[in-house]
Amino acid sequence: MSANTTSPEVTFQPEHTGGTKRIWKIFWVLSALTIVELGLGYFLYGMGNSIGYMTIISTKIVIGLLTLAKAYYIVSVFMHLGDEVRNLIMTIVVPLILFVWFIIAFLADGESWKKLRNTNAGSTPDVTEKVAPAAVNPGDKK
Amino acid sequence: MSTTTIPAGTKWWAGGKSPFNASYGKVMMWYFLMSDAFTFGAFLISYGTIRFSVNHWADPNQVFNAFPFAGHANLPLAFVSLMTFILIFSSVTMVLAVHEGHKMNRKGVEKYMILTIIGGIAFLACQAWEWTHMITGDHKVLVDGVIEEWGTTVTKNPWGVPVPPETLTQMGLSATEHVNTPGPIAFGGYFFGITGFHGFHVLSGVVINIIMYIKTKLGHFDQRGHYEMIEKAGLYWHFVDLVWVFVFLCFYLV
Repeated sequence: MSANTTSPEVTFQPEHTGGTKRIWKIFWVLSALTIVELGLGYFLYGMGNSIGYMTIISTKIVIGLLTLAKAYYIVSVFMHLGDEVRNLIMTIVVPLILFVWFIIAFLADGESWKKLRNTNAGSTPDVTEKVAPAAVNPGDKK
Repeated sequence: MSTTTIPAGTKWWAGGKSPFNASYGKVMMWYFLMSDAFTFGAFLISYGTIRFSVNHWADPNQVFNAFPFAGHANLPLAFVSLMTFILIFSSVTMVLAVHEGHKMNRKGVEKYMILTIIGGIAFLACQAWEWTHMITGDHKVLVDGVIEEWGTTVTKNPWGVPVPPETLTQMGLSATEHVNTPGPIAFGGYFFGITGFHGFHVLSGVVINIIMYIKTKLGHFDQRGHYEMIEKAGLYWHFVDLVWVFVFLCFYLV
């Protein structure tokens, strides 16, 4: 659009052509991803304790990956970041990589904190470990 | 959809032009959103840390199983899915408003801004209902051998370890009754804190969108020659939707 002279910082005017087809396509993609997430959520709910710890964790990781896919579509298409120049994309996305470390470090910290509390900082055996489905000894109540 | 043809070999950092090929306001909106992403990220990671550090956390399917006018029907995930779809849909109407803005179509922008504002208000109404339902709820909790009825607040969490059926029958209650012990009080604080912070973003987004609607209606953007303000408001609104995607994941799904 020639009328779109937004500001002097814009050297190359983007051409806003095309219809709304892409927007609606992404709407359906986001809806489908949400429905799959809900399906997995109901799967976890319906199965309750009849599935193993690893199945629960991997299902939750899959749900998390689907959420990241939704985030990608929202940022890239709805927020038009995918249409910006590479410099702008990188100045936003690169700092966010810090989250990878934050998540790993803090969740591990929480896990370690739990262990310290359950064992009186390592001085007593962990009573809750017997609750884990893999290690149920006969005679152990709960 | 926008396509830009940029000549190969463009020297972005040689001066004379913005290396981001975007207006100052838009770049600063992106930086603000990035810092806001770190704020929300810090909240959610802190929530995750505390959740990982306790032996039992509230089961979202037990906590969030109510639906307006459905009484005590057990409908896990249903209401929050409705809220999610409301927000996704209002994101679509927002991006359509931005699209109409590119075409300098004032009527189109007005129509889609109204729909976006309605979506935002609908989401806030849902959240108000959910909070009211949780705070005024009366879930049975076993406290020192006595059954009490608690709502979920920042000081009370009735969603601890479920009381086994044998104990319930010993106490003369039905074995199918849902009774829990008190859980970690951090649950209420994190839930109300993070969904509240997000809800406040939705509220300010609605206010910003209303201002943008009024400015569109007054023809300010036609005078200016472009609808970039709609684009910037749109960035904020999509960010609110983006955060909800993660709140939905962390509180309701896993």
